[in-house]
Amino acid sequence: MSDTHTNTATAGTPEFYVMEEHHPEGSTMLGFWLYLMSDCLIFAVLFATYGVVGRNYAAGPSPKDLFELPLVAVNTSMLLLSSITYGFAMLEMEKGRKGTVLVWLAITGLFGAAFLGIELYEFGNLIREGAGPTRSAFLSSFFTLVGTHGLHVTFGIVWLITLMVQVGKFGLTEANVRRLSCLSLFWHFLDVVWIGVFTFVYLMGVLR
Amino acid sequence: MSASDTPHTAHAEGHDEFDLPLDTRHVHGHGPDQTHGGAAHGSFKGYMIGFLLSVVLTAIPFWLVMAKVIPNAQTTTAIVLAFAVVQILVHMVYFLHLNTSSEGGWNMLALIFTMVLVVITLSGSLWVMYHMNANMMPMSAQDMRNMP
Repeated sequence: MSDTHTNTATAGTPEFYVMEEHHPEGSTMLGFWLYLMSDCLIFAVLFATYGVVGRNYAAGPSPKDLFELPLVAVNTSMLLLSSITYGFAMLEMEKGRKGTVLVWLAITGLFGAAFLGIELYEFGNLIREGAGPTRSAFLSSFFTLVGTHGLHVTFGIVWLITLMVQVGKFGLTEANVRRLSCLSLFWHFLDVVWIGVFTFVYLMGVLR
Repeated sequence: MSASDTPHTAHAEGHDEFDLPLDTRHVHGHGPDQTHGGAAHGSFKGYMIGFLLSVVLTAIPFWLVMAKVIPNAQTTTAIVLAFAVVQILVHMVYFLHLNTSSEGGWNMLALIFTMVLVVITLSGSLWVMYHMNANMMPMSAQDMRNMP
């Protein structure tokens, strides 16, 4: 950079070519991607923990006794639908239609809330049946893994509502577009993690 | 965009090869399709393809497990895992718009590095702990209950 500046200075024509102007946007997306990758490692560790102690039932209930696959299937479809509606919001954002962006974001939030509601209902049922996180190593690791994912979705919804207020107030400014792009990565990433959860925890749990 | 591009090309002969990659990136990042951070936002068609593929790739494993289509649990496990891997790839391509050129390849590099760590963490933990369990002294449920 400094080379370029001295070059132009010696040439005698003072040209102000500030490249930094465009950098924050690009590096934000890369930085956010790196954050997601580190988040991925957190989930990897939780998956590994579940994989190691997931069969230590302490003479308590096993996945076969506890998991209701129809409920998990509904939950999965909620998250998948929220992914596609967020995609529609991004498409509308590119066209610069503020109103429809807000509508799709609201629908995404509702699907996310439905997902959380079903998950909390499931957790409540388990705890009422006496299969809470303190029952066995299997249930501890189950609640930690699935609960961490649920917390991510919760914060995703908080972020989504915040951005809806922002977009509603200030419109689709460059900063808001950047924020929406980050949340898009975050939201789709959560869906990717959920693929691992329903396969590794629920489906494979019922299988064994 | 064009205003910042003009002086840039004006002294193009003045720059050395040092800032060449930055140049190309600058042009890429602000093309006509308004890409952000080099990753495209995708199209309606792309999202729909991803969504339909995801629905199919989710429905089949659930059906296999819930309807007990294959009596052998191990075969079902392998198939279900394979479906999960394919679906994760579908999400990466159609929803996260990951490709080898986004962020000048750094996204992909970070992903590959993370995947290596994930595989080491998962397979390493499972492998080591399985062996430790297998080498434990056999214990009955009665002993287990009386453990301190």
